[in-house]
Amino acid sequence: MMKTLFIKMPRRSYAYSLLFALGIFFIAGTASAVEISGSTQFEVTAYARDGQFDGQDYRSNFSVALAPEFFWDWNNGDSSIVFTPFYRFDENDEERSHGDIRELDFLHVFGNWELHVGVRKVFWGVTEFNQLVDVINQTDSVESFDGEEKLGQPLISLSRVTDWGIFDAFILAGFRERTFAGEDGRLRGEFIVNESNARFEDDREENAIDFALRWSHSFGVFDVGAYWFRGTDREPILEASFSNGSLQLTPFYEEIDQIGTDIQATVGNWLWKFEGLYQKSNLEEYSATQLGFEYTFFGVANSATDIGVLLEYGWDERGEDSTAIFQNDIFVGARLTLNDSADSALLVGGSYDADSSTRSFLIEASRRINDRWTISIEGLLFHGGDTNDPLTALNDDDRIQITFERFF
Amino acid sequence: MLTKNVKKIMIASISSAIVLLSFQAQAEFSDDPIEKGLQIAKKVKERDLGWGDSETTLKMILKNAAGQTSTRELRTKTLEVQGDGDKALNIFDHPRDVKGTAFLSFSHPIGADDQWLYLPALKRVKRIASRNKSGPFVGSEFSYEDLSSFEVEKYTYKFLREEPCKGGTCFVVEQNPVDKFSGYTRLVSWIDTTEFRNWKIEFYDRRNSLLKTLTVEDFKLYLDKYWRPTSTNMTNHQSKKTTDLVFEGYEFRTGLTDRDFNKNTLKRAK
Repeated sequence: MMKTLFIKMPRRSYAYSLLFALGIFFIAGTASAVEISGSTQFEVTAYARDGQFDGQDYRSNFSVALAPEFFWDWNNGDSSIVFTPFYRFDENDEERSHGDIRELDFLHVFGNWELHVGVRKVFWGVTEFNQLVDVINQTDSVESFDGEEKLGQPLISLSRVTDWGIFDAFILAGFRERTFAGEDGRLRGEFIVNESNARFEDDREENAIDFALRWSHSFGVFDVGAYWFRGTDREPILEASFSNGSLQLTPFYEEIDQIGTDIQATVGNWLWKFEGLYQKSNLEEYSATQLGFEYTFFGVANSATDIGVLLEYGWDERGEDSTAIFQNDIFVGARLTLNDSADSALLVGGSYDADSSTRSFLIEASRRINDRWTISIEGLLFHGGDTNDPLTALNDDDRIQITFERFF
Repeated sequence: MLTKNVKKIMIASISSAIVLLSFQAQAEFSDDPIEKGLQIAKKVKERDLGWGDSETTLKMILKNAAGQTSTRELRTKTLEVQGDGDKALNIFDHPRDVKGTAFLSFSHPIGADDQWLYLPALKRVKRIASRNKSGPFVGSEFSYEDLSSFEVEKYTYKFLREEPCKGGTCFVVEQNPVDKFSGYTRLVSWIDTTEFRNWKIEFYDRRNSLLKTLTVEDFKLYLDKYWRPTSTNMTNHQSKKTTDLVFEGYEFRTGLTDRDFNKNTLKRAK
């Protein structure tokens, strides 16, 4: 249990970050008082059945997560530090009980330039059902099923705003390994991923330094981004191995070059979305795309309610026999926004794998209870088609999850 | 005797002064109600030109028909753009679950505005469809179009009448939105004849029935030239909900420029 209390981060860059932060605190003697905010999440999950695999013989789970945010700024707001530690306790899954530094970011703004040093989260992309081109941060996959939760990335980045768009350069100082559910975790594959045996193509392993460049611009109805990334692939190849007589999976992180783009056209009620990437490593090269639209009916039936209809398609050249989950998948969704004072919203979505006919169904509802509390409910249903699809492992993981979040 | 005469003379001269004043006011404007409406609108815009940029903190108090209230607090940075609509950056401080959420908009006199929303939990910037002009802003009785900058080209006008109002005497002007995606068929505005401040607006929905009334509590003068409301009330007559908007002091010419309004400033708005 103790080991889970350690924050898994490349040791050297972690030390650098802390040293740097201490230095900045020293320099920022004139900084205004710290602003503290954040939230505590209380999560209850109910599963329809016991899981398929050993360790999954439970139908309810409780979890608490704490994410405070400390913020200092000085120089009229041109210099600031934000520190967001995170810790989750999970009743059953030892691997999901974990901590992270989501952000420890020193920001300095000078004219049209922006410098970040520390640990940050950076989001790229436009689509809703898959975050294909969001490559700076590693996925904290034990946090949520949709892969939207990310681990903090140690980095130095420089950004400049020009009349021709925003240019960003990133030096990613250290690599974060993906988190995986443990033996007692639900929503996992048949075999446990043993993170401690992870292999890397780069000899520097988790101390490897990666690079990225990005340009993004808005003109007329278009919002366009394009990037180049060189370094360690955030998505590992999972290799089978025997450990203590049982079959396990070991992550192997390749070195890659990747170029990608994200485009959105906002035309009247339509949002047209496209994400695409091309990736090359020593083992393979491939392209992948996620594209689709969202059409919104505003003020339905003379009410304040908006209904958005979403359709997306995910394709990956590597096809069905690869680690790609969305290789020929269709996503359909409807988003209901009440525009009331409680910010009530509902999202219903489904995915269909056209190769294996695996289906999954998602429902997300949320609203504010009062000034301090919100409630959200998430339902997930799985129906695996042919057994080659990795999602068939989730066939007994239908669940409903209720999260109360208290903000401070 | 003498005092009586003095009184008479005084009354005579005052009334002639009033006649003279109103004659002058008449001379400034056309007799054609359509032309006069447009002239008044241009005057409203003209009187407010050149303020440059401003920052304000505002509180929104939402009250439903049962009297339950909820509060929003946000900071707004606005940049005047000559020859186009204004640029605005709104940053939410309250309620706590939306703290750090920020909203960037480039408004345009004709056609859809450009709007981006920043979601701090995901660090994600989303360009949002802005055809929802009539949609409520954060669950309040103010729609997006109610809060966007006043541009002469957004409406056609018709002068209706002149009548006493909170600001003294007001021109009552009917405004018809040019944009077919507006939530209104018409607006009726009460604009005072001396400072050209908008004291009251009635909003008529697409079926031309009275939907909402905006009333301004009072105005405050900034930089010796620019009037800004101290607080306003929007009452929805159909839902019986109200929203009070309280402005906690404006600061003008704080040095904002075009470079303070882009996706980078949106992401780091705190």
